[in-house]
Amino acid sequence: MDVRNLTISTIREGLAAKRFSATELTQDALSFAAAENPKTNAFLAFSPERALAAAGRVDDKLARGEDPGALAGVPVSVKDVIVTKGLTTTCGSKILETFIPPYDATAVERLEAAGGIILGKANCDEFAMGSSNENSAYGPVRNPVALDRVPGGSSGGPAATVAQGTSVVALGSDTGGSIRQPASFCGVVGVTPTYGRVSRYGLVAFASSLDHIGPFARNVEDAATLLQTIAGRDAMDSTSAFAPVPDYGPAMRKDVKGFRIGLPKEYFAGLANETRDQIEKGIDLLRQSGCETVEISLPHTEYAIACYYIVCTAEASANLARYDGVRYTMRSAQAKTLSEMYKLTRGEGFGAEVKRRIMLGTYVLSAGYYDAYYLKAQRVRALIARDFSRAFEQVDALIAPVSPFPAFRLGEKLDDPLEMYLSDIYTITGSLAGIPCMSVPCGTTGAGLPVGVQILARHFDEPGMFRLAAAFERSGGFQV
Amino acid sequence: MKLTEPEVRAIADLANLHLSDQEIARMAKDLDEILTHIDKLNELDTSDVEPMAQVLFDAGETATLRPDVVGATLDNATALANASQSGAGQFKVPKVIER
Repeated sequence: MDVRNLTISTIREGLAAKRFSATELTQDALSFAAAENPKTNAFLAFSPERALAAAGRVDDKLARGEDPGALAGVPVSVKDVIVTKGLTTTCGSKILETFIPPYDATAVERLEAAGGIILGKANCDEFAMGSSNENSAYGPVRNPVALDRVPGGSSGGPAATVAQGTSVVALGSDTGGSIRQPASFCGVVGVTPTYGRVSRYGLVAFASSLDHIGPFARNVEDAATLLQTIAGRDAMDSTSAFAPVPDYGPAMRKDVKGFRIGLPKEYFAGLANETRDQIEKGIDLLRQSGCETVEISLPHTEYAIACYYIVCTAEASANLARYDGVRYTMRSAQAKTLSEMYKLTRGEGFGAEVKRRIMLGTYVLSAGYYDAYYLKAQRVRALIARDFSRAFEQVDALIAPVSPFPAFRLGEKLDDPLEMYLSDIYTITGSLAGIPCMSVPCGTTGAGLPVGVQILARHFDEPGMFRLAAAFERSGGFQV
Repeated sequence: MKLTEPEVRAIADLANLHLSDQEIARMAKDLDEILTHIDKLNELDTSDVEPMAQVLFDAGETATLRPDVVGATLDNATALANASQSGAGQFKVPKVIER
Protein backbone atom coordinates (compact mmCIF):
# COMPACT_ATOMS: atom_id res chain seq x y z
CA MET A 1 0.00 0.00 0.00
CA ASP A 2 1.27 3.50 -0.79
CA VAL A 3 1.03 5.32 2.51
CA ARG A 4 2.00 8.64 0.91
CA ASN A 5 -1.43 9.31 -0.59
CA LEU A 6 -3.62 8.26 2.31
CA THR A 7 -6.08 10.63 3.92
CA ILE A 8 -8.26 10.24 6.99
CA SER A 9 -11.26 9.40 4.83
CA THR A 10 -9.46 6.88 2.55
CA ILE A 11 -8.16 5.14 5.68
CA ARG A 12 -11.68 5.05 7.12
CA GLU A 13 -13.00 3.52 3.87
CA GLY A 14 -10.11 1.05 3.61
CA LEU A 15 -10.66 -0.17 7.17
CA ALA A 16 -14.43 -0.45 6.69
CA ALA A 17 -14.00 -2.41 3.43
CA LYS A 18 -11.35 -4.61 5.14
CA ARG A 19 -8.81 -3.77 2.41
CA PHE A 20 -6.26 -3.50 5.21
CA SER A 21 -6.25 -3.66 8.99
CA ALA A 22 -5.00 -0.86 11.22
CA THR A 23 -2.10 -3.12 12.22
CA GLU A 24 -1.08 -3.74 8.58
CA LEU A 25 -1.33 -0.05 7.81
CA THR A 26 0.73 0.85 10.89
CA GLN A 27 3.43 -1.69 10.01
CA ASP A 28 3.65 -0.32 6.46
CA ALA A 29 3.68 3.28 7.70
CA LEU A 30 6.41 2.56 10.25
CA SER A 31 8.69 0.81 7.75
CA PHE A 32 8.12 3.48 5.10
CA ALA A 33 8.86 6.26 7.61
CA ALA A 34 12.00 4.51 8.88
CA ALA A 35 13.28 4.07 5.32
CA GLU A 36 12.52 7.65 4.21
CA ASN A 37 13.47 9.53 7.38
CA PRO A 38 17.26 9.71 6.79
CA LYS A 39 16.56 12.05 3.83
CA THR A 40 14.98 14.72 6.03
CA ASN A 41 15.71 13.95 9.72
CA ALA A 42 12.07 14.87 10.38
CA PHE A 43 11.44 12.17 12.99
CA LEU A 44 13.68 12.18 16.08
CA ALA A 45 12.36 8.87 17.38
CA PHE A 46 9.85 6.20 16.42
CA SER A 47 7.42 4.54 18.80
CA PRO A 48 6.56 1.21 17.13
CA GLU A 49 5.32 -0.51 20.30
CA ARG A 50 2.93 2.24 21.18
CA ALA A 51 1.78 2.57 17.56
CA LEU A 52 1.10 -1.16 17.14
CA ALA A 53 -0.72 -1.31 20.49
CA ALA A 54 -2.95 1.57 19.36
CA ALA A 55 -3.53 -0.14 16.00
CA GLY A 56 -4.44 -3.36 17.80
CA ARG A 57 -7.09 -1.51 19.80
CA VAL A 58 -8.57 -0.10 16.56
CA ASP A 59 -8.67 -3.57 14.97
CA ASP A 60 -10.31 -5.01 18.10
CA LYS A 61 -13.02 -2.36 17.99
CA LEU A 62 -13.62 -2.99 14.30
CA ALA A 63 -13.85 -6.75 14.95
CA ARG A 64 -16.47 -6.10 17.64
CA GLY A 65 -18.40 -3.79 15.32
CA GLU A 66 -17.71 -0.71 17.48
CA ASP A 67 -16.94 2.81 16.23
CA PRO A 68 -13.12 2.94 16.12
CA GLY A 69 -13.04 6.76 16.29
CA ALA A 70 -12.63 9.71 13.92
CA LEU A 71 -8.87 9.13 13.52
CA ALA A 72 -8.95 5.34 13.43
CA GLY A 73 -5.71 3.96 12.05
CA VAL A 74 -4.37 7.39 11.01
CA PRO A 75 -0.55 7.66 11.25
CA VAL A 76 0.44 10.80 13.18
CA SER A 77 3.71 12.49 14.07
CA VAL A 78 3.88 14.61 17.21
CA LYS A 79 6.23 17.57 17.62
CA ASP A 80 8.78 16.87 20.31
CA VAL A 81 7.64 19.78 22.50
CA ILE A 82 4.39 17.90 23.23
CA VAL A 83 4.77 15.39 26.04
CA THR A 84 4.09 11.69 25.54
CA LYS A 85 4.00 9.35 28.54
CA GLY A 86 6.94 6.96 28.47
CA LEU A 87 8.30 8.39 25.19
CA THR A 88 11.39 10.60 25.35
CA THR A 89 10.46 14.25 24.78
CA THR A 90 13.55 16.37 24.08
CA CYS A 91 12.10 19.68 22.85
CA GLY A 92 15.00 19.58 20.38
CA SER A 93 17.28 20.43 23.31
CA LYS A 94 20.31 18.78 24.82
CA ILE A 95 19.07 19.78 28.28
CA LEU A 96 16.14 17.32 27.93
CA GLU A 97 18.02 14.59 26.06
CA THR A 98 16.75 11.79 28.30
CA PHE A 99 13.51 13.31 29.63
CA ILE A 100 10.73 10.72 29.76
CA PRO A 101 7.43 12.43 30.62
CA PRO A 102 5.19 10.80 33.23
CA TYR A 103 1.98 11.89 31.48
CA ASP A 104 0.40 12.55 28.07
CA ALA A 105 -0.58 15.97 26.76
CA THR A 106 -4.37 16.36 26.53
CA ALA A 107 -4.16 16.68 22.72
CA VAL A 108 -2.21 13.40 22.58
CA GLU A 109 -4.70 11.66 24.86
CA ARG A 110 -7.64 12.85 22.74
CA LEU A 111 -6.11 11.89 19.43
CA GLU A 112 -5.25 8.40 20.67
CA ALA A 113 -8.72 8.00 22.18
CA ALA A 114 -10.06 8.71 18.67
CA GLY A 115 -7.96 5.89 17.22
CA GLY A 116 -4.98 7.96 16.00
CA ILE A 117 -1.64 6.13 15.73
CA ILE A 118 1.44 7.98 16.99
CA LEU A 119 4.39 6.79 14.87
CA GLY A 120 6.97 8.89 16.67
CA LYS A 121 8.23 12.28 17.77
CA ALA A 122 9.07 14.97 15.24
CA ASN A 123 12.10 17.26 15.17
CA CYS A 124 11.79 21.00 15.86
CA ASP A 125 13.78 24.09 16.77
CA GLU A 126 14.98 23.93 20.36
CA PHE A 127 12.03 24.75 22.65
CA ALA A 128 10.17 25.86 19.49
CA MET A 129 12.43 28.88 19.07
CA GLY A 130 13.32 29.41 15.44
CA SER A 131 12.00 29.81 11.90
CA SER A 132 14.09 27.23 10.04
CA ASN A 133 14.42 24.12 12.24
CA GLU A 134 18.18 24.71 12.24
CA ASN A 135 18.16 25.30 16.01
CA SER A 136 17.60 21.64 16.90
CA ALA A 137 20.29 20.01 19.03
CA TYR A 138 19.64 16.87 16.96
CA GLY A 139 20.44 18.34 13.56
CA PRO A 140 18.37 20.34 11.09
CA VAL A 141 15.40 19.01 9.14
CA ARG A 142 15.58 19.11 5.35
CA ASN A 143 12.60 20.21 3.29
CA PRO A 144 11.24 17.12 1.50
CA VAL A 145 10.29 19.27 -1.50
CA ALA A 146 13.89 20.55 -1.94
CA LEU A 147 16.44 18.80 0.26
CA ASP A 148 18.95 21.69 0.22
CA ARG A 149 16.33 23.97 1.80
CA VAL A 150 14.90 24.40 5.28
CA PRO A 151 11.39 23.14 6.06
CA GLY A 152 10.65 26.27 8.09
CA GLY A 153 10.27 26.32 11.84
CA SER A 154 9.83 25.77 14.52
CA SER A 155 7.51 22.82 13.61
CA GLY A 156 9.75 21.82 10.68
CA GLY A 157 9.68 18.12 11.60
CA PRO A 158 5.89 17.67 11.73
CA ALA A 159 5.43 19.70 8.51
CA ALA A 160 8.10 17.63 6.75
CA THR A 161 6.58 14.27 7.79
CA VAL A 162 3.23 15.28 6.28
CA ALA A 163 4.84 16.62 3.09
CA GLN A 164 7.10 13.57 2.79
CA GLY A 165 4.21 11.16 3.33
CA THR A 166 5.73 9.59 6.43
CA SER A 167 2.67 10.66 8.43
CA VAL A 168 -0.84 11.52 7.29
CA VAL A 169 -1.39 14.29 9.83
CA ALA A 170 0.76 15.83 12.57
CA LEU A 171 0.54 17.82 15.77
CA GLY A 172 2.64 20.97 15.85
CA SER A 173 2.81 24.04 18.03
CA ASP A 174 2.68 27.70 17.06
CA THR A 175 3.80 30.69 19.13
CA GLY A 176 4.51 33.25 16.39
CA GLY A 177 4.06 31.28 13.18
CA SER A 178 5.64 27.92 13.95
CA ILE A 179 2.84 25.93 12.28
CA ARG A 180 1.85 28.24 9.40
CA GLN A 181 5.35 29.10 8.14
CA PRO A 182 6.62 25.48 7.88
CA ALA A 183 3.26 24.46 6.34
CA SER A 184 3.81 27.10 3.65
CA PHE A 185 7.46 26.07 3.07
CA CYS A 186 6.54 22.38 2.73
CA GLY A 187 3.31 22.79 0.76
CA VAL A 188 0.87 21.40 3.33
CA VAL A 189 -2.06 22.73 5.39
CA GLY A 190 -1.23 24.10 8.85
CA VAL A 191 -3.72 25.48 11.38
CA THR A 192 -3.17 27.76 14.36
CA PRO A 193 -6.53 27.64 16.14
CA THR A 194 -7.95 30.41 18.32
CA TYR A 195 -5.90 30.85 21.51
CA GLY A 196 -7.55 28.58 24.11
CA ARG A 197 -9.31 26.38 21.52
CA VAL A 198 -6.91 23.47 22.20
CA SER A 199 -5.63 22.68 25.68
CA ARG A 200 -1.96 23.49 26.24
CA TYR A 201 -1.69 20.85 28.97
CA GLY A 202 1.43 18.89 28.11
CA LEU A 203 2.75 21.43 25.61
CA VAL A 204 6.16 22.35 27.05
CA ALA A 205 5.77 26.06 27.79
CA PHE A 206 7.68 28.61 25.70
CA ALA A 207 5.49 31.76 25.82
CA SER A 208 2.30 30.83 27.63
CA SER A 209 0.12 33.71 26.41
CA LEU A 210 1.00 32.87 22.79
CA ASP A 211 1.48 29.08 22.66
CA HIS A 212 -0.97 26.98 20.63
CA ILE A 213 -1.19 23.32 19.58
CA GLY A 214 -2.52 22.79 16.07
CA PRO A 215 -2.74 20.33 13.16
CA PHE A 216 -0.84 19.73 9.92
CA ALA A 217 -2.47 17.81 7.08
CA ARG A 218 -2.39 17.41 3.30
CA ASN A 219 -5.96 18.69 2.86
CA VAL A 220 -8.34 21.02 4.68
CA GLU A 221 -10.77 18.29 5.74
CA ASP A 222 -8.07 16.27 7.52
CA ALA A 223 -6.80 19.35 9.34
CA ALA A 224 -10.35 20.17 10.46
CA THR A 225 -10.97 16.59 11.61
CA LEU A 226 -7.79 16.54 13.70
CA LEU A 227 -8.62 19.93 15.23
CA GLN A 228 -12.18 18.79 15.95
CA THR A 229 -10.75 15.80 17.85
CA ILE A 230 -8.31 17.70 20.07
CA ALA A 231 -10.26 20.95 20.65
CA GLY A 232 -12.40 21.86 23.62
CA ARG A 233 -12.31 22.75 27.28
CA ASP A 234 -9.83 20.89 29.47
CA ALA A 235 -9.83 21.30 33.23
CA MET A 236 -6.03 20.84 33.18
CA ASP A 237 -5.54 24.16 31.31
CA SER A 238 -7.32 27.13 32.88
CA THR A 239 -6.81 29.14 29.66
CA SER A 240 -8.65 26.59 27.53
CA ALA A 241 -11.96 28.00 26.33
CA PHE A 242 -15.44 26.87 27.30
CA ALA A 243 -16.92 27.65 23.87
CA PRO A 244 -18.47 24.48 22.41
CA VAL A 245 -16.59 22.95 19.47
CA PRO A 246 -18.88 23.10 16.43
CA ASP A 247 -18.94 20.41 13.74
CA TYR A 248 -16.64 21.82 11.07
CA GLY A 249 -18.08 19.55 8.34
CA PRO A 250 -21.15 21.59 7.25
CA ALA A 251 -19.16 24.85 6.98
CA MET A 252 -16.64 23.19 4.67
CA ARG A 253 -19.38 22.18 2.25
CA LYS A 254 -20.80 25.72 1.90
CA ASP A 255 -19.91 27.92 -1.05
CA VAL A 256 -18.33 31.34 -0.54
CA LYS A 257 -20.62 33.57 -2.64
CA GLY A 258 -20.74 37.01 -1.05
CA PHE A 259 -18.01 36.14 1.48
CA ARG A 260 -16.17 39.38 2.30
CA ILE A 261 -12.39 39.15 2.32
CA GLY A 262 -10.07 41.87 3.57
CA LEU A 263 -6.64 42.30 2.01
CA PRO A 264 -4.39 44.08 4.55
CA LYS A 265 -2.33 46.49 2.48
CA GLU A 266 0.60 46.41 4.93
CA TYR A 267 1.11 42.72 4.14
CA PHE A 268 1.79 43.06 0.44
CA ALA A 269 4.69 45.54 0.52
CA GLY A 270 7.78 43.44 1.16
CA LEU A 271 7.07 40.23 -0.76
CA ALA A 272 9.36 38.32 -3.09
CA ASN A 273 7.96 38.69 -6.64
CA GLU A 274 6.99 35.08 -7.16
CA THR A 275 5.35 34.90 -3.73
CA ARG A 276 3.27 37.98 -4.57
CA ASP A 277 2.30 36.54 -7.97
CA GLN A 278 1.10 33.30 -6.42
CA ILE A 279 -0.92 35.04 -3.69
CA GLU A 280 -2.54 37.30 -6.29
CA LYS A 281 -3.48 34.29 -8.41
CA GLY A 282 -5.02 32.75 -5.31
CA ILE A 283 -7.01 35.91 -4.58
CA ASP A 284 -8.28 35.99 -8.18
CA LEU A 285 -9.49 32.44 -7.79
CA LEU A 286 -11.41 33.38 -4.63
CA ARG A 287 -13.03 36.29 -6.52
CA GLN A 288 -14.08 33.84 -9.24
CA SER A 289 -15.63 31.69 -6.51
CA GLY A 290 -17.84 34.62 -5.54
CA CYS A 291 -15.84 36.32 -2.76
CA GLU A 292 -15.78 40.11 -2.54
CA THR A 293 -12.40 41.61 -1.73
CA VAL A 294 -11.68 44.94 -0.09
CA GLU A 295 -8.38 46.52 0.82
CA ILE A 296 -8.13 47.16 4.53
CA SER A 297 -5.45 48.51 6.85
CA LEU A 298 -3.86 46.99 9.97
CA PRO A 299 -1.91 50.12 10.88
CA HIS A 300 0.19 48.71 13.73
CA THR A 301 1.67 45.84 11.73
CA GLU A 302 5.13 47.39 11.60
CA TYR A 303 5.36 47.25 15.42
CA ALA A 304 4.47 43.56 15.70
CA ILE A 305 7.99 42.09 15.59
CA ALA A 306 9.29 44.39 18.31
CA CYS A 307 6.20 43.74 20.44
CA TYR A 308 6.40 39.97 19.94
CA TYR A 309 10.08 39.61 20.73
CA ILE A 310 9.56 41.39 24.05
CA VAL A 311 6.46 39.43 25.09
CA CYS A 312 7.69 36.02 23.97
CA THR A 313 11.21 36.34 25.37
CA ALA A 314 9.94 37.69 28.69
CA GLU A 315 7.60 34.72 29.05
CA ALA A 316 10.30 32.32 27.83
CA SER A 317 12.86 33.53 30.35
CA ALA A 318 10.38 32.80 33.13
CA ASN A 319 9.18 29.46 31.70
CA LEU A 320 12.68 28.14 31.05
CA ALA A 321 13.87 28.94 34.57
CA ARG A 322 12.64 25.46 35.52
CA TYR A 323 15.57 23.79 33.72
CA ASP A 324 17.89 24.01 36.66
CA GLY A 325 19.68 20.65 36.70
CA VAL A 326 17.51 19.32 39.52
CA ARG A 327 14.24 17.90 38.23
CA TYR A 328 14.74 17.28 34.53
CA THR A 329 17.61 15.08 33.38
CA MET A 330 21.03 16.56 32.72
CA ARG A 331 23.28 18.31 35.25
CA SER A 332 26.71 19.74 34.49
CA ALA A 333 29.47 17.43 35.68
CA GLN A 334 31.66 20.48 36.42
CA ALA A 335 29.37 22.04 39.04
CA LYS A 336 30.50 22.09 42.67
CA THR A 337 28.12 24.62 44.23
CA LEU A 338 24.37 25.14 43.81
CA SER A 339 24.89 28.35 41.86
CA GLU A 340 27.42 26.69 39.55
CA MET A 341 25.00 23.81 39.05
CA TYR A 342 22.32 26.20 37.72
CA LYS A 343 24.66 28.26 35.57
CA LEU A 344 26.79 25.52 34.07
CA THR A 345 23.89 23.13 33.45
CA ARG A 346 22.02 25.85 31.57
CA GLY A 347 25.16 27.06 29.79
CA GLU A 348 25.95 23.54 28.57
CA GLY A 349 22.37 22.40 27.96
CA PHE A 350 20.86 25.30 25.96
CA GLY A 351 21.73 26.25 22.38
CA ALA A 352 22.55 29.74 21.07
CA GLU A 353 19.03 30.88 20.13
CA VAL A 354 17.51 29.76 23.44
CA LYS A 355 20.27 31.60 25.32
CA ARG A 356 19.65 34.72 23.24
CA ARG A 357 15.94 34.70 24.08
CA ILE A 358 16.49 33.99 27.78
CA MET A 359 18.93 36.92 27.89
CA LEU A 360 16.60 39.31 26.06
CA GLY A 361 13.66 38.23 28.22
CA THR A 362 15.62 38.62 31.43
CA TYR A 363 16.74 42.09 30.35
CA VAL A 364 13.26 43.39 29.42
CA LEU A 365 11.87 42.17 32.74
CA SER A 366 14.75 43.45 34.87
CA ALA A 367 14.35 46.24 37.40
CA GLY A 368 14.14 49.63 35.74
CA TYR A 369 13.28 48.27 32.28
CA TYR A 370 9.95 46.53 32.94
CA ASP A 371 7.77 49.54 32.12
CA ALA A 372 9.83 50.68 29.15
CA TYR A 373 9.84 47.27 27.49
CA TYR A 374 7.41 44.69 28.84
CA LEU A 375 4.51 46.95 29.78
CA LYS A 376 4.99 48.97 26.60
CA ALA A 377 4.86 45.78 24.52
CA GLN A 378 1.65 44.67 26.23
CA ARG A 379 0.06 48.01 25.34
CA VAL A 380 1.19 47.70 21.73
CA ARG A 381 -0.18 44.15 21.69
CA ALA A 382 -3.60 45.60 22.58
CA LEU A 383 -3.33 47.99 19.61
CA ILE A 384 -2.47 45.14 17.25
CA ALA A 385 -5.43 43.12 18.53
CA ARG A 386 -7.67 46.19 18.07
CA ASP A 387 -6.54 46.51 14.43
CA PHE A 388 -7.97 43.04 13.82
CA SER A 389 -11.26 43.61 15.64
CA ARG A 390 -11.81 46.76 13.59
CA ALA A 391 -11.01 44.88 10.36
CA PHE A 392 -13.49 42.15 11.25
CA GLU A 393 -16.26 44.77 11.54
CA GLN A 394 -15.93 45.16 7.76
CA VAL A 395 -14.98 41.71 6.51
CA ASP A 396 -15.49 38.00 7.25
CA ALA A 397 -11.86 36.94 6.94
CA LEU A 398 -8.47 38.23 5.86
CA ILE A 399 -6.19 36.86 3.18
CA ALA A 400 -2.46 37.47 3.49
CA PRO A 401 0.89 35.92 2.72
CA VAL A 402 2.45 33.57 5.28
CA SER A 403 6.11 34.30 4.65
CA PRO A 404 7.71 37.03 2.53
CA PHE A 405 9.63 34.39 0.58
CA PRO A 406 9.62 30.61 -0.03
CA ALA A 407 11.92 28.11 1.71
CA PHE A 408 15.53 29.33 1.88
CA ARG A 409 18.73 27.29 1.82
CA LEU A 410 20.15 25.72 4.97
CA GLY A 411 22.60 28.10 6.61
CA GLU A 412 21.45 31.10 4.55
CA LYS A 413 20.04 33.16 7.45
CA LEU A 414 21.72 31.51 10.39
CA ASP A 415 24.14 34.33 11.21
CA ASP A 416 21.61 37.12 11.42
CA PRO A 417 19.04 36.56 14.18
CA LEU A 418 17.28 39.87 13.59
CA GLU A 419 16.75 39.10 9.90
CA MET A 420 15.32 35.71 10.86
CA TYR A 421 12.96 37.42 13.35
CA LEU A 422 11.82 39.95 10.75
CA SER A 423 10.73 37.18 8.38
CA ASP A 424 7.99 36.21 10.86
CA ILE A 425 6.09 39.47 10.36
CA TYR A 426 2.95 38.11 8.66
CA THR A 427 2.34 35.32 11.16
CA ILE A 428 3.21 37.09 14.40
CA THR A 429 0.33 39.57 14.25
CA GLY A 430 -2.38 36.88 14.32
CA SER A 431 -0.59 35.13 17.19
CA LEU A 432 -0.51 38.33 19.26
CA ALA A 433 -4.26 38.83 18.67
CA GLY A 434 -5.04 35.17 19.44
CA ILE A 435 -7.22 34.74 16.34
CA PRO A 436 -7.44 31.53 14.28
CA CYS A 437 -5.21 31.49 11.22
CA MET A 438 -4.10 28.87 8.76
CA SER A 439 -1.76 28.35 5.86
CA VAL A 440 -3.01 26.57 2.75
CA PRO A 441 -0.91 25.70 -0.32
CA CYS A 442 -1.12 28.27 -3.13
CA GLY A 443 0.94 26.81 -5.97
CA THR A 444 4.70 26.95 -6.36
CA THR A 445 7.42 29.23 -7.65
CA GLY A 446 9.08 28.53 -11.01
CA ALA A 447 11.69 26.46 -9.16
CA GLY A 448 8.94 24.33 -7.63
CA LEU A 449 9.07 25.79 -4.10
CA PRO A 450 5.69 25.83 -2.34
CA VAL A 451 3.96 29.13 -1.53
CA GLY A 452 1.33 29.28 1.21
CA VAL A 453 -1.55 31.71 1.56
CA GLN A 454 -2.83 32.65 4.99
CA ILE A 455 -6.45 32.89 6.09
CA LEU A 456 -7.15 34.82 9.31
CA ALA A 457 -10.58 34.86 10.96
CA ARG A 458 -12.43 36.15 14.04
CA HIS A 459 -11.91 34.54 17.45
CA PHE A 460 -13.50 31.05 17.39
CA ASP A 461 -14.55 31.40 13.76
CA GLU A 462 -12.72 28.24 12.69
CA PRO A 463 -15.89 27.30 10.72
CA GLY A 464 -15.58 30.45 8.58
CA MET A 465 -11.84 29.90 8.14
CA PHE A 466 -12.33 26.26 7.07
CA ARG A 467 -15.22 27.24 4.80
CA LEU A 468 -12.96 29.60 2.86
CA ALA A 469 -10.03 27.17 2.88
CA ALA A 470 -12.15 24.26 1.62
CA ALA A 471 -13.68 26.39 -1.16
CA PHE A 472 -10.18 27.48 -2.17
CA GLU A 473 -9.02 23.85 -2.26
CA ARG A 474 -12.08 22.77 -4.33
CA SER A 475 -11.45 25.50 -6.88
CA GLY A 476 -7.90 24.23 -7.47
CA GLY A 477 -6.18 26.85 -5.32
CA PHE A 478 -3.56 24.42 -4.01
CA GLN A 479 -2.15 24.12 -7.56
CA VAL A 480 -2.98 27.65 -8.75
CA MET B 1 26.19 50.05 22.02
CA LYS B 2 23.07 49.71 24.14
CA LEU B 3 24.66 47.12 26.40
CA THR B 4 28.26 46.90 27.53
CA GLU B 5 29.89 43.54 28.11
CA PRO B 6 29.77 43.94 31.92
CA GLU B 7 26.01 44.62 31.60
CA VAL B 8 25.59 41.48 29.50
CA ARG B 9 27.44 39.52 32.19
CA ALA B 10 25.11 40.94 34.85
CA ILE B 11 22.03 39.85 32.86
CA ALA B 12 23.51 36.37 32.35
CA ASP B 13 23.98 36.24 36.11
CA LEU B 14 20.33 37.18 36.69
CA ALA B 15 19.33 34.45 34.22
CA ASN B 16 21.57 31.87 35.95
CA LEU B 17 23.26 31.27 32.62
CA HIS B 18 26.96 30.62 32.14
CA LEU B 19 28.25 32.21 28.93
CA SER B 20 31.80 31.95 27.57
CA ASP B 21 33.73 35.15 26.77
CA GLN B 22 33.05 34.50 23.10
CA GLU B 23 29.33 34.10 23.77
CA ILE B 24 29.28 37.34 25.80
CA ALA B 25 30.77 39.32 22.91
CA ARG B 26 28.39 37.81 20.38
CA MET B 27 25.41 38.32 22.74
CA ALA B 28 26.26 42.01 23.19
CA LYS B 29 26.20 42.48 19.41
CA ASP B 30 22.98 40.49 18.85
CA LEU B 31 21.09 42.12 21.72
CA ASP B 32 22.20 45.53 20.50
CA GLU B 33 20.68 44.94 17.06
CA ILE B 34 17.46 43.55 18.48
CA LEU B 35 17.06 46.32 21.11
CA THR B 36 17.68 48.94 18.43
CA HIS B 37 14.80 47.47 16.43
CA ILE B 38 12.65 47.32 19.56
CA ASP B 39 13.13 51.09 20.08
CA LYS B 40 10.59 51.45 17.29
CA LEU B 41 7.84 50.99 19.87
CA ASN B 42 8.65 54.43 21.27
CA GLU B 43 7.14 55.99 18.15
CA LEU B 44 3.73 55.03 19.53
CA ASP B 45 1.86 56.96 22.22
CA THR B 46 0.26 54.23 24.32
CA SER B 47 -0.54 56.28 27.42
CA ASP B 48 -4.29 55.59 27.16
CA VAL B 49 -4.05 51.93 26.09
CA GLU B 50 -4.71 49.14 28.59
CA PRO B 51 -1.93 46.52 28.55
CA MET B 52 -2.98 43.17 27.09
CA ALA B 53 -1.51 40.35 29.16
CA GLN B 54 -3.62 37.53 27.82
CA VAL B 55 -6.15 36.67 25.12
CA LEU B 56 -9.46 36.62 26.93
CA PHE B 57 -12.66 34.74 26.23
CA ASP B 58 -16.11 35.05 27.78
CA ALA B 59 -16.52 33.03 30.97
CA GLY B 60 -17.94 33.51 34.42
CA GLU B 61 -15.53 34.92 37.00
CA THR B 62 -15.03 31.61 38.76
CA ALA B 63 -15.67 29.34 35.78
CA THR B 64 -12.07 28.21 35.57
CA LEU B 65 -11.94 27.14 39.22
CA ARG B 66 -12.51 23.49 40.04
CA PRO B 67 -13.97 22.06 43.26
CA ASP B 68 -11.30 21.83 45.98
CA VAL B 69 -11.10 18.04 45.92
CA VAL B 70 -7.93 15.97 46.06
CA GLY B 71 -7.27 14.33 42.71
CA ALA B 72 -4.62 12.03 41.30
CA THR B 73 -1.01 13.23 41.58
CA LEU B 74 2.36 11.76 40.64
CA ASP B 75 3.77 9.31 43.16
CA ASN B 76 7.19 9.94 44.66
CA ALA B 77 9.14 7.54 42.45
CA THR B 78 7.54 8.90 39.26
CA ALA B 79 8.25 12.48 40.27
CA LEU B 80 11.90 11.64 40.88
CA ALA B 81 12.34 9.49 37.78
CA ASN B 82 13.83 12.30 35.68
CA ALA B 83 16.05 13.79 38.40
CA SER B 84 19.76 13.84 37.61
CA GLN B 85 20.44 12.83 41.23
CA SER B 86 18.02 11.59 43.85
CA GLY B 87 18.10 9.60 47.06
CA ALA B 88 15.88 8.79 50.05
CA GLY B 89 12.85 10.01 48.12
CA GLN B 90 14.37 13.46 47.58
CA PHE B 91 16.02 15.50 44.83
CA LYS B 92 19.73 15.79 45.60
CA VAL B 93 21.54 19.09 45.05
CA PRO B 94 24.99 20.38 46.02
CA LYS B 95 25.33 21.57 49.61
CA VAL B 96 23.67 24.98 50.03
CA ILE B 97 24.74 25.99 53.55
CA GLU B 98 28.47 26.17 54.27
CA ARG B 99 29.64 25.42 57.82
